[in-house]
Amino acid sequence: MKIRIFPVSIIFLFIVIFIVFLKGLKNPNIYKPKTDVKKNIPLLNFELFESNKKINSNEIFVDDEFYLMNIWSSWCAPCRDEHVFLIKLSKEKNLKLVGLNYKDNFINAKNFLDELNNPYEIIITDKDGLVAIEWGAYGVPETFLIHKKKIIKKIIGPLNIDLVLEIKELVK
Amino acid sequence: MRFVNLFFVIFFIFSLKVSFAQEGNLKNKITKNLRCLICQGQSVYDSDSEFANSVKILVDKKLNEGFSEKEIYVFLKERYGEWILYDPEFSKITYFLWLLPIILFLIGGAIILKIFNIRKN
Repeated sequence: MKIRIFPVSIIFLFIVIFIVFLKGLKNPNIYKPKTDVKKNIPLLNFELFESNKKINSNEIFVDDEFYLMNIWSSWCAPCRDEHVFLIKLSKEKNLKLVGLNYKDNFINAKNFLDELNNPYEIIITDKDGLVAIEWGAYGVPETFLIHKKKIIKKIIGPLNIDLVLEIKELVK
Repeated sequence: MRFVNLFFVIFFIFSLKVSFAQEGNLKNKITKNLRCLICQGQSVYDSDSEFANSVKILVDKKLNEGFSEKEIYVFLKERYGEWILYDPEFSKITYFLWLLPIILFLIGGAIILKIFNIRKN
């Protein structure tokens, strides 16, 4: 009796450990944030960029239109690169661009827009990054496609030509 | 009488300090349990990235608004998913992870008991 329990349990334990590790080996370990979740937009009061007026998210995102909310900053280099694509998208008929100026200095941001043109219809500011957290954003640049007060697509990182085409297709 | 007053004043000052320290500790405790999502292997507490700094401000603000530790976790989980917490919650996916140590402990105990019984016999 004494001899049997030990080897059997140890062999069993090793088999279990072996299976667990074998399965773990095949799993991809790279964490990818979920980008296809359909979430409601957060209800918030935003501060406008040009003036200190407050505006509610219900006033910005009116039902039927498509909105593209882009988080940008003048100190962020990839934002500069993706700006061309934003200007392209701003010419789209049924798409309105909303800018969220993230942790930025007003003068720098203004210069940034003067230099590269302003694709946004409305710009709201986020001085300490709390608005971005409400949206579940990771940083700059980040883009949300909003329809009927729901986030239908979330793009982490700069836009590229494929994503622009995809957005155009979705908006049609 | 004077000494008694002095004692109370000192006592009051010390009690104040203790309460402040505890508040800081709770903030640290929460931020240490939050994963900095844009960093590699750092907690929000350790990191100085833009994201982590914002989360620190948020935790401070929420604590001032009277949110409990759990409510803050729920708030962040809604936005960033379970991954932001270092302590995974007990759920369908993680029950094996949480119960495994207990199961191993019980199996070990059973084996020891069995051996003792055999020795006695």
